[in-house]
Parts: sequence; structure tokens; C-alpha cells
Amino acid sequence: MFEGMTGVDRSLRGAAALVGVADDVSPTGELERTGRELEVAMVLAALDDAGLDLGDVDGVCHAESAMGLAEYLGIAPTFTDSTMTGGSSYEVHLEHAAAAIASGLCNVVISVYASTPRSDRRRQRQVPRRGLAGPNPMVEWEWPFGLRMPMGPYALAASRHMYEFGTTSEQLAQIAVSTRDWAALNPRARYQTPITVDDVLASPLQSSPLHLLDCCLVTDGAGAFVMTSAEMARSLRKPPVYVLGAGTCHDHLMITQMPDLTTTPGAVSGSRAFEAAGITPGDVDVLMGYDSFTITALLHLEDLGFCAKGEGGAFVEDGKLGPGGSLPMNTNGGGLSFTHPGMYGMFLIVEAVRQLRGEAEARQVDRPEIAVAHGSGVVLSCMSTAVLGTEATL
Amino acid sequence: MTAGSDRGARAEAAAGVGAVAGGEGEDKQVEQVEQVKTERTRMEPPVGAESGPFWEATREGTLLVQWCTSCDRGIFYPRFFCPYCATAGPDDSAAGQSGQSGQSGQSGQSDGSTLEWRTASGRAIVHAATVEHNPAATGATFSHGEPYVVALVDLDEGVRMMTNIVGCAPEDVRPGMALTVTWEPLSDGRQLPLFTPAATSA
Repeated sequence: MFEGMTGVDRSLRGAAALVGVADDVSPTGELERTGRELEVAMVLAALDDAGLDLGDVDGVCHAESAMGLAEYLGIAPTFTDSTMTGGSSYEVHLEHAAAAIASGLCNVVISVYASTPRSDRRRQRQVPRRGLAGPNPMVEWEWPFGLRMPMGPYALAASRHMYEFGTTSEQLAQIAVSTRDWAALNPRARYQTPITVDDVLASPLQSSPLHLLDCCLVTDGAGAFVMTSAEMARSLRKPPVYVLGAGTCHDHLMITQMPDLTTTPGAVSGSRAFEAAGITPGDVDVLMGYDSFTITALLHLEDLGFCAKGEGGAFVEDGKLGPGGSLPMNTNGGGLSFTHPGMYGMFLIVEAVRQLRGEAEARQVDRPEIAVAHGSGVVLSCMSTAVLGTEATL
Repeated sequence: MTAGSDRGARAEAAAGVGAVAGGEGEDKQVEQVEQVKTERTRMEPPVGAESGPFWEATREGTLLVQWCTSCDRGIFYPRFFCPYCATAGPDDSAAGQSGQSGQSGQSGQSDGSTLEWRTASGRAIVHAATVEHNPAATGATFSHGEPYVVALVDLDEGVRMMTNIVGCAPEDVRPGMALTVTWEPLSDGRQLPLFTPAATSA
């Protein structure tokens, strides 16, 4: 498994581990708690999962302000990371935390996310809005044309993929169907009733060629993870989930600037992460691939090398992504059916950890050893890939 | 682009990713668009620090493309700086940043290469297109509630821009379709470049 590749530094391999995870999601799509209260609950739950407490934490990651969170928690970390790359922020946090732990900057790192767009809407809760002030090329060169955000850019990518490779709406729909089949095994999933390809095609067209059921949910949700050194991890409550490799790349912010609408920067982040881990796609037992839209997941399969560029449609047609299939993907039901509070990347990591620990209950894959969490941020803009493994993979 | 503005744009876009996804109707971004909407039929583009000449030319129905004379290719969106070869344009601030003399109007590089504006042919082809079937979800009113086409088009000059394709049934638009530019007046005398299928020649 670990032969024949060169060029990427592998010193991170197995140096750090995920030791605690938590999430809060409800089939109603709404949560009672919100904001900092929800974040703090997730941090404490993830620390408890690890058998650690706040006093052990010396590294903080938060996609808006690690400083604000640390102040609220009353801790003074020596490692701070407020990286915001949209939905892939938490894979980037994981990568940075692994490097920081390996180099001795810190020993115990937390990352947390909470967002409640669904109940905010119902309760008319005032949410601080990030302003449009300042030079933003997107406002000048894209928004005047009625581009629907974020769906429009994904629709354009799907349009081009169909044109270049003959990908069909039926093939995209199969991804939603397989993902829903996983959600049917998850009592916390927002949608648990199985659907068919015809159901997807019969759902209203939004930004063509995407139908309503090609699109992720809008729900409340929250989660957190805790990481520490491999050495410390072995003394904690749960079996460590080791970081075997990680990689990140972004090649545009706005869709007009994407170099190739059918190839994401995941082709770079994925190959770097796989090479650092010393694995090939065939070694992956379970894949968590950010599914903001069905086309998003299809592009991941190609760019990570599970199939050749352009062959994603044919690859997914037989349902191999679903329960019992050869490449279990998004076993919690994904952004399409489980939860999608906005930046879904946290849930990729939480589910990967639970699968590798054997904690995934009815949706548990048979003794997986290697899981991949592949985050996608903004509009196919920033991809970040984490290869995770059990003790047996070291 | 400063680090600060880039960060702001990133944060904004990310917020969009979250809130809008689409599954279920209303979203934050829709509210944002509606807030800036007046009686105008679209959200009109601001004029970026680098794109004044582009928008001024639209008043005469002229489509300009910024051009790097060093690597001999077009640049879009307009910048002070060529992202392909790092040539700086004839602008004080950009020239200053790149260590040049910084005199206004002088070329950005010691070899005479610079960024300049060229008149585009107005011809383009569709690269990718989507028909927006839920105009209410975008706040756009220019289509009067009817589905409309948002496309990425490749100009003959080699740059890609976003536009609407008008003058044909939305469902007839396909990648590869030949287009010519057409103009929609904005409230301040500027015009927005839209595209329409090119007349077929025998």
C-alpha cells in the first residue's frame, strides 16, 4: 500500500490524531441552542469524548475568530487559526492543527462550528451579516446577471460537464438516491425516506440542470473535533483516528475565474494528501465527500482519482456509493439528506471518525481502516483533503 | 487586491455557500440582493478601482478588454497587475508596488510592456450556461419572473466573462453556441454587455 510514490513530505503521517468529536443535529432541521452556547456545548462534548478538559487545550481553530472563541472560553492558546475557506474550513483546520502539533507549537487543538440558519429564519433572529462593502469582483462581474448563489456556479459546472462528457441528469440523481439510502439508516437525518432517480428528476428545476433534490439542505447543525499528538492520543478514552495525510489547494474564488469548470483544485489537494499518506484511491474504505450539490460529489470522485475525468456519471450509476456498495460515501446522509448548516466540512470529519471507531450504528461500514474527508469551500474554490486511519494503518 | 478585501470577499462568498443552498426556498443572499434593489430591474454593477475605462466605454456601446502587452493576452476581470506574467499596468500605485518609477501614464515595466485596453470584436461562444427557473430566489427582476440564462462566455479575445444570453428561448442555449454582444442600458448611462445568438451565416 505504501510503495511507489515520491515527492511529498510524509513527516506528518501518524504524528497527530483526532481524539474527540461531537455534533448536534436534529431531524426537525432545527436546534434549540444557537451561537456561542451551541459552540461551547460542542467543544465540551468533544473534549469529554476524548477524556480531556478545557485546561488541556492550547490550540484553537474557528472559521470566524479563534480569538473570540478563546476569550469566551477563558483560555490562552499558543496556536491560533481563523482560516475561513467556506465549507472546507474544518479540513484546513485539521491539516494546520496536525502540522502545529507535529512541530510542537501546541498539544491539544479544538475546532468548532455552529450555525442555525433554519431556526434563525423562523425566530427572525438577527444574524450579523458580513457586508458587501469593499472591492468584491463578484458583485461587479457576476451578481448583476442574476447568478443564484451558491447554486448558479455549480449549475454552470454541471452544464459544462454534461457538454464535455455526456453526463446525464439521471447519473447526477443517482448520487442523491444513494445518499438518501444512507440517510434512511440515520435517525438524526433531516430526510430519511428513500427516493428514486425519477423523484429527483421530477423535483422542480432550479438552476438548470440542477433539480431541487440535487441540492443540499438548509438546516441547523453544529460539531467539534479535538486533536492531539499520537503519543498523547494513545492514553485517551477512545481509539485514536490518525491523520495520515492532508492537502489543500484553492485556484479561484468566483466561478468566472475557475480555470476549468470540470476540474476542481481537489485534484491537487487529493493527490497531495494521498501521497503524504502513502495510499491510492483503492485503499479508501469510506469516503466523506462534500455534497453541496450532486455535481460537487461527482467532481470529487473524478478529482480524487476514484475514476477517470469525465467518467463520474458512469461510475456512480450502479449505486456503489450507497449502503452495501463498493465505495460507501457520506454514510450519515451527507449535505443532501443529513444536515447542511452552511459549512458542512465539520460533519465530514465527525462521520469519518465515527466510522473508523466503529461507532456508526446502523450505517456502520464493515471494519474500515482508512477514511477520507474531502471538503469543498465557496464555489468549488478551496478543496482540502484529509486521509484518516486507524492504528492498523500506521 | 488587498489581503483585507480578499478576505472580505471570501468570507462573503462562504456565507453564501452556507445559507443559500437551495433545498428549501428563502435564503440570506436573496435578502441581500433585495436590499440593494431599487426600481432598477437589476443589481447594477459598482465600478471597481481598475475597471473605470471598461464601464465608460459601455456608454458608447464599446466592449473593451484589458490586454497585457508582455504576454500578449487578455485579462478579465480588470486588474492593476497581469496574473499571468506579473506585468503591472500604467498606474501609479501598481507601478510603485512593483518597484517602477511610478510616473502616471508610464508603462509598468522597463521593457515597455504594460496593460492596455483594446476594443473587443463583440463575438463570443457559450462555455457553460444555466437556466434559472426560480427567479424569485435570486431577487433578479429583469426577466419579469420568467426563466433566464446565466452563462459564462468566451470572447474571441480569449477571456471568459459572465453574462445573460437574450434574444432566444432559454432552453435553446448550448455550450458552443456563437454569440454577439448586445447592450442593456443601466440607470446611470452605462450599459451592461449581454449576448445574443449570432446571425447564422451560410
